Parts: sequence; C-alpha cells; structure tokens
Amino acid sequence: MDSWRKNPLVFWVLNLSPSAWLIAFFIVPLALVWVLSFGEKRGLLDVAITGTLDNYARALQPLYLEIFWKSIWMAAAATLVCLIAGYPVAFAIAFAPNRWKPYLLLALMVPFWINILIRTYALIAVFRTRGYVNFTLEWIWDQAHSLLAFLGLGGYELIGARFVPLELLYNNFAVSLGIVYAFFPFMVLPLYANIEKLDRSYMEASLDLGAGHWRTFFSVVFPLTWHGALSGVIIVFIPALGAFFIPDLLGGTDSQLIGNVIERQFKAANDWPFGAALSFLLMYATFGALALRAIVAGRKQGLEV
Amino acid sequence: MTVDTKDVPTGLRWRRAPRRAPLGPLDYTRRWWMRLLVAVTFLLLYAPILTLVAFSFNDSRRNIVWRGFTLKYYEKAWNNDSLIDAFTNSLSIAVINTAVATVLGVLAAIFLWRFRFPGKAAYEGFMVLPIVIPEICMGVAMMAFFARVGWPTDLPWPFNLTSITIAHIAFSFPFVAVIVRARLVGFNRELEDAAKDLGASDWRALKDIVLPYLKPGIVAGALIAFTLSLDDFVITFFTAGPDTITLPVKIFSMVRFSVTPEVNAASTVLIVITVIATALAMRFQAPVRKLDSNEG
Amino acid sequence: MAEPPAIISVQGVSKRFGGITAVDRVSLDIRQNEFFALLGPSGCGKTTLLRMLAGFETPDEGGVLIDGQDMTDVPPNRRPVNMVFQSYAVFPHMSVFDNVAYGLRVANTPSGEIGERVHEALAMVRLSEQAERKPDQLSGGQRQRVALARALVKRPKVLLLDEPLSALDAKLREAMQLELVRLQHTVGITFIIVTHDQHEALSMANRIAVMEAGQVRQVDGPAQLYEFPGSRFVADFIGKMNLFPARVVDRKGTELMVEVEGLGRLTLPGQAPHLGGPCGVEVPVGQDVGIAVRPEKVHIHSDGVPDGRIALRGRVSEVAYFGDASHVYLRLDSGQVISANIRNETRTSDPSVRAGEVLWCSWDPKDTLILDR
Repeated sequence: MDSWRKNPLVFWVLNLSPSAWLIAFFIVPLALVWVLSFGEKRGLLDVAITGTLDNYARALQPLYLEIFWKSIWMAAAATLVCLIAGYPVAFAIAFAPNRWKPYLLLALMVPFWINILIRTYALIAVFRTRGYVNFTLEWIWDQAHSLLAFLGLGGYELIGARFVPLELLYNNFAVSLGIVYAFFPFMVLPLYANIEKLDRSYMEASLDLGAGHWRTFFSVVFPLTWHGALSGVIIVFIPALGAFFIPDLLGGTDSQLIGNVIERQFKAANDWPFGAALSFLLMYATFGALALRAIVAGRKQGLEV
Repeated sequence: MTVDTKDVPTGLRWRRAPRRAPLGPLDYTRRWWMRLLVAVTFLLLYAPILTLVAFSFNDSRRNIVWRGFTLKYYEKAWNNDSLIDAFTNSLSIAVINTAVATVLGVLAAIFLWRFRFPGKAAYEGFMVLPIVIPEICMGVAMMAFFARVGWPTDLPWPFNLTSITIAHIAFSFPFVAVIVRARLVGFNRELEDAAKDLGASDWRALKDIVLPYLKPGIVAGALIAFTLSLDDFVITFFTAGPDTITLPVKIFSMVRFSVTPEVNAASTVLIVITVIATALAMRFQAPVRKLDSNEG
Repeated sequence: MAEPPAIISVQGVSKRFGGITAVDRVSLDIRQNEFFALLGPSGCGKTTLLRMLAGFETPDEGGVLIDGQDMTDVPPNRRPVNMVFQSYAVFPHMSVFDNVAYGLRVANTPSGEIGERVHEALAMVRLSEQAERKPDQLSGGQRQRVALARALVKRPKVLLLDEPLSALDAKLREAMQLELVRLQHTVGITFIIVTHDQHEALSMANRIAVMEAGQVRQVDGPAQLYEFPGSRFVADFIGKMNLFPARVVDRKGTELMVEVEGLGRLTLPGQAPHLGGPCGVEVPVGQDVGIAVRPEKVHIHSDGVPDGRIALRGRVSEVAYFGDASHVYLRLDSGQVISANIRNETRTSDPSVRAGEVLWCSWDPKDTLILDR
C-alpha cells in the first residue's frame, strides 16, 4: 500500500467521484435527517430547526414505548426462532461431506436472493383462512370427524360441529413468522462459518472425556461459536425492527414494528422531525449492536493468540 | 508377534464389510433426525415460493386447487399497462444504476486498496454504512433530501427516475466496492511493478494489468448491483413518486389489496430475473478462490 | 514366559474412506501397563487405528475389545480410554482447572472429589501454579500437559496419544519424552502413542507396531525391531541401512552362500537373522534376497582388516560431519556406495578418512541381515 502523497494525481482521480457521491447522496441526506430530528413541525412541509429535544422525548412517551416494546418483543421472538432452527441447519451443512456443502449452501441462499417482499407475500397464500395450512387442518378435521362418526360418537360434537379455520394471519404471530421467513439465512450463514472453523478435536475431546452430545453442545460448541450466533442475532434483529412491510402485509392493526412508526411519520402522518428522531434512534441501536460485536470479536481474537 | 486373526472371542459382534460406512460420532449430517430437521427447514423455506410460482400457472381465480396449466395471468400482467410501466422503470433504473455503481465501486475499491491516507479507517466506515444501516433509515434520508433540495418531480420519462436512480447508486456502489476489493486481496502487486519496470506508466499498468485481473470481480459486482436495484423495495418506496413506480413497489400496492394470480405472475418474472442474475454473479465470483490459491 | 493379559485386542479391523483403505485387516494385542507405539509414515493408518480405539471412527470390519469388552456399539463418551489430541484440544474458553475438571463434572463427581483429583493431576504434570490460567496464557508444552492431566484425571484404562510431541520444538520434545515415560511409570496404565518419529518410538515404547499402507508389518521391542527387522520396509524405515541385492546360491550345513551383485560371493553364518527369523534354513537356494548391514556396524580401516570379517575396498566419496559422529560414504570398486558411521572419539579424527582416499571397510558376518528384496 502506498501513501496517497506518492501519487496525488492518481489518488484524487480515483477518489473524487465515489467520495463525492457518498458525501452528496448519502452523508448529506443522513445529516439532514439528523438535523431534522431537532426540528419542530410548523406547516405542511415547513420545519423549523430549533434544536429541540422534544422529538426524542416524545419517543419515550408510554404510547410509543409500548409500541417499541411490542416491536422488540416480536423481533426478538423471531430472532430466537431463527437461532434455534439455525443451529441444526448450520451443523448439518458444516458436517456434510465436502461435495454436498456448496449445494446445501446454495439451497439456503436461493430463497434469500428472491425479493423479500415477494417472499412475504408468498406467506399470505399459505397462512390465510383459505390457505394451505388451514386446508390441511380441515382435511385432518374431516378425517377425524368421519372416524368419530364411524365409532358412533358423531352426535357428541367432540371436535366442534364444523371446522373452524385458524386465524393465522393479521396478528403478531404472523409478523414474527414473516420475520423468521425473511431473515433466516442471515442467521445460518454466520453460524455455519463459525461451526465450520471450529476445530473438531474440541468436540472429540469433550466426547472422549465422557460428555454426551447435548453436554458437548452447551459446554463446548456454543461457548466457542456464540460470537457467530451474536452476529446472526444482530443481522436478523436490527433489519427486522425496520422491516415495515412485513406488518403491513401480515400484521393486524396492533402489530407494528418501529419501521412502521417511522414510515407513518414520513408518509401518512407527515411529521418528519419525529420520524427523523425515531430513525436516528434505530441507527444508534444499530451502531451500538455493531460496536458490541466489534468488542466481542476483539476479545475473541485476544483469546486465540 | 501378536498379530493373529484366528481366535475371536464369542462375545465380539464380528462385522463384515457393510454396504455403507458405519456412523461415526460426529457424523451429524447422517443422523436421521438431523436430516429430517434440515429437510423440514428447507421445505418450509421453499414451499411458499414454489406454491406462489406454481399458482401463477393455475387456471383458477381463487388459486387454491390446481385447475390446469395456463399462461393467462402472464398475458393479463402483460396487458396491464401500469405493471408494464413499473417493469420498464425498474429495468431502466437497474441498467443505469449498474453502469454508474460499477464504475464508482471499482474506483473506490482500487483507491482503498492502493492508498494509505489520513482518516482512512473512518472513510471505510462511512463507505460500508449504506450496507449496514437499516434500509428504512436510508430510505427516509433520501426522501427528506430530495424534498429539501427541491428535486424536480415533473420531468419527462426517463428523467423523472433520476432521484430513485441516484438513491440506488448510493447504496449499491459500496457493495460493488466490497466485491471488487475482495478480489484485489489476491492480486500480486509485483505484477504491476513488473509492468512499470518494463516501462508502463501508472495508468498503463492499471489498464493493462490490474483491470484485466479484476474483470471477474467487476462482472460479479455489476450483476449484484443490477439485482440489488431491481429488487429494492424499501428505499424506492420512499423515493418514488406517483408516476415513478417500480415493479416491487407496484407489487406491494397490489398485494396490499388482494392476492391475485397476476401478482404471482409478476412476482415469478422478478424471481426468475434476480435468481439468474445472482447465479451468474456467483459463477463469476467463484473462480476468484481458485486463482488465488494458485497464486499462493 | 506367560504374557500379561491384553488390555486392548484389535481383531481383523478394516476401515475405508471412499476408495482408500486406511486400515487393512489389522489384528493386534496390546498388553496391560505397556508403553505401546504405533509407528509409520504419514498416511499409513496409524491415527485412524488410534481413533478407532477411542471410538471416533467405526470399523467397517472387525472389532475392538477393551479389557475384554466388545466396543462395537460403545460411543467414545462411554469408553474406558482417554485421548491426548494432536492439537491438544484444550478448551480455550475454560481455565486450566476447568479443563481438567470437565471430565469429572460430566460424570457428576462430587465437587470435593473433583478439587482433590484435579489438583493431584495438575501436580503430576507440574502445573499446580497455573490452575487459574486460561489456555492462551500457556506455552505449547504447558498446554500439552493440561491435555495429559485432563485425560489422566479420568483414570482411564488406556491413554491414547496422537502425535503428542509433533508440535513442540526439538529440545522440549526430548524433555517431554522422558516426562511421558515417567508419567506412565507413575500412573501404571497402558499408553498407546501414535508417531511418525522412529527416535520417539524407540526411546519411549516397550513395544512398537510398524505400520505401512494400513497394515501392521512388525510388532516387537525397540532393540529387536532395530537389530532384527523382519522386512526390507521395516529395516529401511527405522534407522539407516546399506542394502545390496543378492541371491542364495548354496547352503552348507548352517552356512549360507550368497552371490551379491557387484560384491561377489559371501558366506554368512547360519545364526544370522533371515527374513525376520533367527535361522536361515527356510530360505531356499536360488531365491532373490537383499543383504543388509547397518552403517554403524561397518568399520573403516586404512590397512589390515581383522580376520573373520567381511571386507570391501573403496574410495571415500564424501564425509558428512555431525559432531559426535561422521558418516563416511565409500564408493566400492563395483560402483555401489556403502555408508559407515564412525564415532569421533578424539578431537583429531583420522586424517586418512578424506574424500578421494582409498580405504577398507568391514563388518562382522553375524551383523548381516538377509531381507526380502
């Protein structure tokens, strides 16, 4: 690597256009939002920058705190499901024969290439009242019903008079499920990378010393791969909080993520300063999570010297 | 010598060449419960998408039971002017975005690889910011920015797409830079020095030696920039005006109201394009590892 | 002589990976309290065999008995053996104490007993001071001793060691060899070590199994293996050997006449070891053999070879100086090269042993080996 002084002309020619673009169309817009977050809404599109902290204070009102709490809860539940389902899948890929690995990874990645919106939409067809899950359940109900009739118990309506389809959509469950479905590969990839790197002899040593597979997982594998799990948790949890279209498509009236609140401030409610403050709170949370991961990664490196 | 094969105690269950290798303690992938778990996970991952694609060909409005193969929803989608407009917009934006983002990304990758300068760590941090921050934050920032600078919204096509295109370039060129830089890591600087030693200027060496080496990385980066742009919903949602709808935004507004086979058809088209482009990008990126290992 | 009972009995074990046979119908008995070495070049299947004893690989054919018990369906965590891994596999997230205590905790040992036994084990490997350290604060040698203590604290019937010294530097390796022998005496259990280093095996083990291409070629004590190798492979693999192709031409009573290519006819006494056995009677006349002699058994003379020795004349082609000894390469009149090791017993070595000088070399016919060709 050369010092930029060695060849300033080349340096500036290469540097100028990407830097200009980054500053003009990324840094400046972000700075603008940051400034807006200290403003007051005056008219329809008029915002006065007064340096007020009201917008942040408003985010701490019980109404919003409750939304945040629920939003965090939904995203956290989804992240946990991803983590629990992600470990076995990551394990299976990491321990698969080498010639299978690329195909298994590919199989995991392909759905992830598909537009997130379309994948969310695909879930609707599966979970709505006239969707496949309910059809399967209805079929099972019908079979059970005829079996009961056959046994002469048909008159007692043990399982109800009619099949009542489950309301699987338009609630918090559906939103969490949508998040799992949208972000699952994000969880598996860092887990896989870490399990793949893990020296097998640690696991063998644990088995050799008398531990079973579960004990080995919790005493050896998890402690040595949890930073991968942390990366996975961060890259599922943070984008999930902002994914406003998932509640829009799958959620009910009371299932909202932080992203929905932000979106509403910028679109329907037209309260940009408040939306800007919320947006920056989400950014700060992202930076905090990334810093946490960097610290953990640094500690991890120290451990491996 | 204690080598003998004769007396086998009766307690030993003698094994004779089985057809399959016996299960070792760490052969997790070969355990049936693990396979079942993985199979179920992949099924859950694929079933919704496959049904979506399948029912874009189903000859039934209610799209629940299979009533026979049809292409009529593709025809309908084709005849839906607003859908076609959205698709044209998406493609135009993606093409321009790919051209500009690739150039910017390659320039950024080369100068970050080549030069040391004060504040470089911070610069690199800002560079990856568009990749790491939640999309919605970037989306609202672009929306506020274009409103504030009073970007004209009533330009004739295709100039009315500039704001969306600018936003797309801003988030996709850092991806290109990351991919190209990954390829540069394997580059042997002595090749460039050799060219200069033989009389080539800085520019000549860059053009004759570095760029040809980077070609697969550049193609992969370009394809990724194309799919990112074509696929993007969140940022476009905030920067699009009523006349500048892209395909994902159009699909979103359609899906919000009803589930129709036309949406399935439009979605299938988008799925096919992005999967093909990404698969190509992966193919171009794949030889990187092979070459690198050869160069040691 | 009654042999001690076998603690491990390997019976007709084979293991294939894909199309490659890593272990090929190996049968082997390892005795109680023995320091046993599995020696062979890399890829000979020795590590696979050890891993089958530990339970990490399952044999395709045959089986393993440990202390008379069939291990076929016993997973590694239920076998009465413990292993020291090549990479040591000391858990990086646990302190030295926790590493050593791990096996006892898994077995739900009462905590008082755990403390006692861990400290005892750490004292045995001289790591009592380092109990609270993390593995990254230890040297390679210390980490290995943690791995040893961790395995021994379980009081296994057999300790398995997979190339335990390969990651250490030369000085430390020598010290650890003595340490391992001492430990084995202290704990009085069977040690099985896998190594590709013949010196390691010769200096530590009571018995050595030499493996090649998945098969056991010879099992013997170190001296027996060195002085009476049963095959050309073993002779070549352990130590250096001068080898000459030859053919048995006649037998007179117990004496054997061989025609050696380029050297002419030699008469070897009947008590010379042949093809692994002490007596050459089975070697039929007319068979192609190889005759062999170790370089240190070959003496160099500037004049006057004592009677009764096989003597050959040649020109010194090279002298390689090693400090305590020198290796002299003599080109014989036939064009073949023979090497002789001479000890540099005085500071001023024999001035006649210089490249270009014509000298005699000789060896005792009794030191000649007859091997397969």
